[in-house]
Amino acid sequence: MNNFDYQQAASIADGIQLVSTNNKAAFVAGGTNLIDLWKYRLMEPELLVDLNQVKEHHSIEEKEDGSVRLGAFVSNADTAYHPIIEKRYPLLSKAILAGASAQIRNMASNGGNLLQRTRCYYFYDPNVPCNKRTPGSGCSAIDGYNRIHAILGASDNCIAVFPSDMCVALAALDAVVNTSGTDGERSIPFSEFHRLPGDMPEQDNNLRHGEIITSIDLPEKGFSGNYSYLKLRDRHSYAFALVSVATGLELSGDIITDARIALGGLAHKPWRINEAELFLKGKQANAESFAGAAEILLQGAKGFKYNSFKIELAKRAIIRNGLMALHPEQQLPGARPSA
Amino acid sequence: MSDQSSVGKPVSRLEGRLKVTGAAKYAAEYDAPNLLYGYVINSTITKGKITSIDTSAATAVEGVVAVFSHENRPELPWLDIKYADMDAPPGTVFKPLYDNEIKYNGQPIALLVANDFETARYASTLVRFEYEEEFFETCLDNNLEKGRDAKKGIATLLKPPPPAPTGNFEKAFENSAVKHTAEYLHSTEHHNPMELFATTTVYEGNGKLTIFDKTQGTINNQLYVANAFGLSYKNVRVIAPFVGGTFGSGLRPQHQLFLCVMAALELKRNVRVTLDRKQMFTFGHRPQTYQKLRFSTDENGSITAMNHLAIGETSQFEDYAESVVTWSHKLYPAANTLLEYKLAPLDLPSPLDMRAPGGCTAMHAIECMMDELSYKLKMDPLELRLRNYSEIDPSTGKSFTSKELKQCYLKAAERFGWKDRNPEPGSMTRGNKLVGYGMATGIWDAYQFPSRIEAIITKEGKLIINNAVTDIGTGTFTVMTQVAADALGLPLEDVTFNYGDSQKPFSMFQGGSAIAASTASAIIIAARALKKKLLKKAKAISNSPLKAAAEDDVMFKNGTIRLKKDPMSVVSFQEIVASNNGRPVRTVNMGMPHAFKLRKYTKATHSAAFVEVEVDKELKTIAVTRAVSAVAAGKILNPKTARSQITGSMVWGISKALHEETILDEKLGKYINTNLAEYHIPVHADVNELDVIFADEPDELINEAGVKGVGEIGLVAMPAAIANAIFHATGKRINKLPVHFDELL
Ligand SMILES: Cc1cc2nc3c(=O)[nH]c(=O)nc-3n(C[C@H](O)[C@H](O)[C@H](O)COP(=O)(O)OP(=O)(O)OC[C@H]3O[C@@H](n4cnc5c(N)ncnc54)[C@H](O)[C@@H]3O)c2cc1C
Ligand code: SF4
Repeated sequence: MNNFDYQQAASIADGIQLVSTNNKAAFVAGGTNLIDLWKYRLMEPELLVDLNQVKEHHSIEEKEDGSVRLGAFVSNADTAYHPIIEKRYPLLSKAILAGASAQIRNMASNGGNLLQRTRCYYFYDPNVPCNKRTPGSGCSAIDGYNRIHAILGASDNCIAVFPSDMCVALAALDAVVNTSGTDGERSIPFSEFHRLPGDMPEQDNNLRHGEIITSIDLPEKGFSGNYSYLKLRDRHSYAFALVSVATGLELSGDIITDARIALGGLAHKPWRINEAELFLKGKQANAESFAGAAEILLQGAKGFKYNSFKIELAKRAIIRNGLMALHPEQQLPGARPSA
Repeated sequence: MSDQSSVGKPVSRLEGRLKVTGAAKYAAEYDAPNLLYGYVINSTITKGKITSIDTSAATAVEGVVAVFSHENRPELPWLDIKYADMDAPPGTVFKPLYDNEIKYNGQPIALLVANDFETARYASTLVRFEYEEEFFETCLDNNLEKGRDAKKGIATLLKPPPPAPTGNFEKAFENSAVKHTAEYLHSTEHHNPMELFATTTVYEGNGKLTIFDKTQGTINNQLYVANAFGLSYKNVRVIAPFVGGTFGSGLRPQHQLFLCVMAALELKRNVRVTLDRKQMFTFGHRPQTYQKLRFSTDENGSITAMNHLAIGETSQFEDYAESVVTWSHKLYPAANTLLEYKLAPLDLPSPLDMRAPGGCTAMHAIECMMDELSYKLKMDPLELRLRNYSEIDPSTGKSFTSKELKQCYLKAAERFGWKDRNPEPGSMTRGNKLVGYGMATGIWDAYQFPSRIEAIITKEGKLIINNAVTDIGTGTFTVMTQVAADALGLPLEDVTFNYGDSQKPFSMFQGGSAIAASTASAIIIAARALKKKLLKKAKAISNSPLKAAAEDDVMFKNGTIRLKKDPMSVVSFQEIVASNNGRPVRTVNMGMPHAFKLRKYTKATHSAAFVEVEVDKELKTIAVTRAVSAVAAGKILNPKTARSQITGSMVWGISKALHEETILDEKLGKYINTNLAEYHIPVHADVNELDVIFADEPDELINEAGVKGVGEIGLVAMPAAIANAIFHATGKRINKLPVHFDELL
């Protein structure tokens, strides 16, 4: 770890000023991803700007239009256990609690969660080719061990996946990311926040250097009646998703009137396809309907040597999670498959 | 025996409080004045030569003291034999910083020493190496044809080569009623105990060193350091009272010890070297192993022929071998056997013993094979084991010193509820989960090493036992205190067991589940001698009430010697020491295995594991919902510490079957998931009900203590029991470990 300067941002404006004028500066919130990246020498900031002392954005508030605002500096744990979130957005709560460990969730911030980097093995090893880490050096994963990699939206340059659980729920809930930067404030629809790798895999998202995530807005509709988060992985806790599914349903009897499905562990961003959700509208909430949606969601999926199983697994997970959303009270800890 | 006899009771760890309060000190926690910190620099290529080293940027950093590499290393004896530790396999031992040759990725190629750890770690990133790369091979699967016999050496004593073939395998197999052939592949596993490898070397001057090290053998490392650096033995002291898990990784001196001592001697300073988690993947590991088995039986299920071929990986410089193919014939009789073991040298570091090395690898294959045969025979898997049960060791014709495997089978089956099993795969369900029951057998060696004990009665009438042995978390400190207390009839608090120090009398390294048997037996022998001496001295006291007493007439109780017939005739230990002019009464004795008597016997521990798994019908996620292990390991000295050895091993079994693997990228020639986020071991959510049964297994033959050791046996049967349960649940055989749930899709 290199020597570095440390400063606490007194305000959002102060933070923007400190980082935007210094391309060797970085923000820190919970530090749970940044410190790892630093130790692995994937970033070596010379100035660390701590956002935790900024007065605002430490709370979760209901707004007049029915939406809820999550402060960027609220911890993942406090968010998951917040009464408003548990009541109105239990899908988000379950997704957060399916991630990392209790200790990490206590430190991790809502803003930082959106910006965590991929867990691609090769990305973390500065001595091997990786386009995301060292643009132009090549991708070790495409012909390497790609069990944890993407089957959707990948490019020849990078097949990494975005590892967040929380963001899968945020994508399903149509969240909006509020930011503040040198060009003023922006409100970015969740689907436009993260990027596909294309020919610029080094860029995970559309946030600019020195721009701060200040809050995340959750629209009124929270699918708190019928929801489920399912996470499939190599152990029952404390592992990243091979496949995860966030499903929210609105039902009239057993007819689906509105649906959201977002997938994690499959692409460079949480995966949502509007047609799949439109397909479900007016259909019966049963395995057959979810299977139809799964086909649409997985269209164009392409497996590699070690991850082709994800195509079939994702389809089955979508079906199961649709059925699980009919009985949200049966959700098991760790977002394991329930009956 | 005294009233308060403690052997066999569930005494809690005597050092437990120190451990949970953080007061227990580990190798990296000893402070020394003006301590320097070394950080190991690892090769980033897999094979080739270092052509140049540029340290200028690193040495320019404030606080950097030195960079050691092959270019400037001190002159040292470079004879291989000088580096051969007690556990060195045949071949050429790896000598850190010897020359510019790179033999494997991650090889230590330099040590950067600085005033603090952070500076050392940072500056190490500024050292520039130029390499000339060479073609390498790291993938076992692609190199099976390179398999050849293992070279022989000292290590062969504990790990004998496969026995010669018996009968005519090919013919018998061909002509048998029922036969099966299957291949098994095991992934690499790396040692990841909680405590990272670390050494703190205190430079005492005058060629003297005190070394706090993470090790399983204080004397092994003392000899290694003294030999490699040309120091006299008595000037090298290795101390390791607390060791945070090792499981074989501390059997051999690791490179941080060498580098730390080298730096301390060169700089004449106190130095600490700690590896980080990533660097835990740069030395020994459980080797990738390929196995092919062909077994056949007659129509009644009696085994007629067994062929077990195993090909393990080793390095290009040492022949690390395991006992893989020796087990099937120790368990099951067969007139025709062909047991073959080969090594394929690859461009990797030498593998290293890891809990039940070879045994858990082999028994996975053997016991899955038995399960396959049971299905072909339409016979209950337990019934098939009983059909082939042998009271003697079929491979030698010798008797066992004791063998209560049948008791293990029956008790565990009963506790588990095996009789409720419907043999049809996929027939048992629970909601949308398929339920599978699987069972398997375990067998492991029961070794005993020589051990030397100093036993002292102090003027306060208390007992001190001294021995160089370590306690690698197994409970040795507690259990040996119990054994000593009972042997002298003292309460636990009157016994001090000093250990973990090479200055104490000899002990081998703590491995092979041998230490409980070795140290306990030696303590019993030493206590016997001490009691004799005490009685002699008691009788010599003027007016001694014991004047006429023979050994059989007295009992030792609460720090006194009393006549059995007249308990009021007493001489206390304090009086004896007082009459000895206040000098403590002391004996030193060697405990040795009864090699001659035991020649006629096979010594082994046995176990049976019964496992229930649930597999999701559509998604195929796997959970080990409960497991029962019954273990026959002679006398159980402390059921609490023993149980924790077995449950810990059972969790390891879950890990081996379902989680643990170091992924090797064969194109890059390196391991890629070298951190605990991606190197999966079970977490609490993966571990459910674990039940342990200890069989009654009195063993008067094996050693003074009647003890066999429980450090490894709990692991051996688990992986196969889990794999068999998965088959029972799903009808699918996955013979590559760990099983990935998606392979069941
Ligand atoms: C072992 C391990 C297992 C994990 N498992 C999971 C899992 O299963 N599922 C899952 O979802 N996550 C998992 N995580 C990831 C964890 O959720 C993230 O590390 C965490 O959410 C990051 O938040 P942070 O506040 O600590 O970010 P930091 O580490 O502080 O920052 C991350 C990045 O975001 C930037 N940043 C932080 N806040 C802001 C802001 N407000 N505006 C602009 N930039 C900002 C920083 O500069 C940095 O580049 C795991 C992490 C670890 C270490
Ligand atoms: S998948 Fe992306 S992150 Fe991984 S090696 Fe390829 S370019 Fe790098």
